[in-house]
Amino acid sequence: MKLELRGITKRFGAVLANDHLDITIPPGTIHAIVGENGAGKSTAMRIAYGFYTADSGEILVNDQARDIRAPRDAIALGIGMVHQHFMLVRPMTVTENIVLGAEPGSAMSLDLRKAAAGIRALSEEFRLAVDPDAVVEDLSVGQQQRVELLKALYRRAGLLILDEPTAVLTPQEVDEFFAILRRMRGQGKTVIIITHKLSEVLAISDNVTVMRDGRVVGQVKTSETDAAALARLMVGRDVLLRVDKPAAQPGATVLAVRDVTITARDGARRLDKVSFEVRAGEIVGVAGVEGNGQTELIEALAGLLPGSQVSGSMSLGGRDIRELDARRRREAGIAHVPEDRHRRGLLLDFSLWENAILGVHYRAPAVSGVGGVLLDQAAIQRRADLVIREFDVRPPNASLPARALSGGNQQKLIIGREFELPPALLLISQPTRGVDIGAIEFIHRKIVALRDSGCAVLLVSAELEEVTALADRLLVLHNGRVAGEVDPSRATHEEIGLLMTGGRA
Amino acid sequence: MKVLRDLLFPSMAVLCAFLAGALIVALVGDSPVETYRLLLGSAFSWPDGIGYTLFFATPLIFTGLAVAVALRGGLLNIGAEGQLYVAAFATAWIGITFANLPAVVLVPLCCVAAIAAGAVWGAIPGLLKARFGSHEVINTIMLNFVAVALVGYLTQYHYRMPGDPIMETTPIGSGAHIPRLGAFIPGLPARIPLNIAFLLALLSCWLVYVLLWKTKWGYEIRATGQNPAAAEYGGVSIRKEVVLTMAISGALAGMVGINEVLGYRYRYYDGFSDNYGFTGIAVALLGRNHPFGVVVAALLFAVLQRGGVPVDAFTQLVSKDIVLILQALVILFVAAEAAFRRGGRG
Repeated sequence: MKLELRGITKRFGAVLANDHLDITIPPGTIHAIVGENGAGKSTAMRIAYGFYTADSGEILVNDQARDIRAPRDAIALGIGMVHQHFMLVRPMTVTENIVLGAEPGSAMSLDLRKAAAGIRALSEEFRLAVDPDAVVEDLSVGQQQRVELLKALYRRAGLLILDEPTAVLTPQEVDEFFAILRRMRGQGKTVIIITHKLSEVLAISDNVTVMRDGRVVGQVKTSETDAAALARLMVGRDVLLRVDKPAAQPGATVLAVRDVTITARDGARRLDKVSFEVRAGEIVGVAGVEGNGQTELIEALAGLLPGSQVSGSMSLGGRDIRELDARRRREAGIAHVPEDRHRRGLLLDFSLWENAILGVHYRAPAVSGVGGVLLDQAAIQRRADLVIREFDVRPPNASLPARALSGGNQQKLIIGREFELPPALLLISQPTRGVDIGAIEFIHRKIVALRDSGCAVLLVSAELEEVTALADRLLVLHNGRVAGEVDPSRATHEEIGLLMTGGRA
Repeated sequence: MKVLRDLLFPSMAVLCAFLAGALIVALVGDSPVETYRLLLGSAFSWPDGIGYTLFFATPLIFTGLAVAVALRGGLLNIGAEGQLYVAAFATAWIGITFANLPAVVLVPLCCVAAIAAGAVWGAIPGLLKARFGSHEVINTIMLNFVAVALVGYLTQYHYRMPGDPIMETTPIGSGAHIPRLGAFIPGLPARIPLNIAFLLALLSCWLVYVLLWKTKWGYEIRATGQNPAAAEYGGVSIRKEVVLTMAISGALAGMVGINEVLGYRYRYYDGFSDNYGFTGIAVALLGRNHPFGVVVAALLFAVLQRGGVPVDAFTQLVSKDIVLILQALVILFVAAEAAFRRGGRG
């Protein structure tokens, strides 16, 4: 199936999300659309799928102009889309999910048995192994993704749009997933994959469209390009893809964690007797598929979990921190860049200057006057300006609400705030999630600089590239346990991937 | 620019409400122009119109502030009604019990009683939420009933003047009276109950503004209201904030007791509140949860309240219920506007 966008323009208020886009996707190919956050790639695909209507321009399917006003129209034309966040009804079975909206049988009866047989045939054809009778919430993330693919195939999609499909997968699952995509191509399907991971673009796609600032800045054959060239197109300048870092000079132990076990309110063990140390001047990375205890580990160290859920010992510079609340821990020198900046890290409707003091808002220099109650506007402004300047937050206007910033700039604001404490220990989770390449490079350099100034860093990231590039030592978490420790400069992604999924290296 | 927009939207909501109200009046068969002339005109005559309008606005400023502070802290206080009843009774109780104390002691003591009683009554649902996670909306509503029943009981069986057919307490000591503004303003007769509690209400607005935006306590209250997970991350104790915010909210609602008992009736009069606590929710909404907006919104609602009587008396068909309808329409349009803005962003 051939898809063509011609002169597509879409405006959201003052933002021009798509500016006269011309994209041609040849039939039977895997086509990657890359670009930084906000480049307009998701918007373009949502227009093709009928989620949004373009302000101007036309969509051609198999060389015929088509009016796609709702996803229903796109589905009828044979266009399917799998979203980054799966749209599955978790308590329902695979079959029920797949037929939802296209139920077989008459209005009064639902012929699920026939549907299940059809799904089985499809999953054999594309070797998408899923049990049609399984309940979705019991499935792994990789399996849920297969359900999404089946859902589209069941609706006879000839063209599939996949939005950041690998973000949630382990390295092994990614390989398997790519094999599935190749089989689909082999069956004559067209696949569009939206991503920002250049290595995957090079591994799987036939053609690449690069977008920047709502425009197409390049359409090339994958075989005729490389990562550096694509990155340059995406960012508009040369980008350092590797982290340049000198060897670590570890000093005294800063953080010592012994037999820490975390039991959630529902009784489930999130972390099981985890022990490790982080020394001054080193970055200890934590790799693992999301949901294997990383979140809980960081929250426990930051003092954000109820004490009753945490057992074992945690000490900072030899001092027991178990009894300290979040405020006292920050005072003790623990900075925390949370994994979810919108949920934890920012007050989105507050100004940048108000966000720049979160966590230190109650003490000098943020307060002055009678009993240290009144906020000292001048001192806060100075601190906010310092963070904005040192961490290149744009636009550099402290009175803007945090909501007005792009993800990368929000992240730089948080990182700046935490780095300026200054910390003895930095807990940093997903430092570059949803951050564009230019800012990633900047954030990585700042983390290494902080390490070299003698700070102990505990880094959690779902991006294997990122943890292996930054960490001096790498712990792999699986199922709440430390599955192994590896030297990130030597271990291959396959070895780490095996540990992540519970196999042995 | 932002200030202008903040003013524009509520003004539009009010305008739309009045247009819709005009339609209703016309449908009923009266002249909208004449009705609105009666409704609005009577509020601006001197001295009665202005005097009474400001007097009516006083409790609404207090309850509007109470709801606004709670909402800034992420809490919906529907219990201002109960809080002001308990506070008014406590004020009267101190005024009766220590009737012989001199004014310099008794007035501050009564004020403290009003504030403290309101704060305690407000803090109870706060504590319940912090300790057990029970929702403040349910508990504040329930405590309204408890409050009304409690003060009714105390009035009926313990503090009522023997032989008095009205449900009211014995009078408070004359030392507890606070002056009416007529004492200071030439041309404003002393029979108009507008008293210095009105000035206290304005002062409270300014204090709430300073508290919320200029102090670390206000920062923590607002941070908790905006994003409790982020506030917690910033070292704020959410449980403490919930109790503190509800106590401040209750204290503000409780200050209605100062206006009512010390400045108006000089006794506790059962059932005195004309739904001040509930109207406070509308006042806070229309005033965008900002203390200065609350003053403007309270004045608008007071104008409507004042205008209800002449509408009742001088129109053929429309009754003073048009006031309630207009209030409801204002709330509807304010809410619709909020939805409109949310939709516009997404």
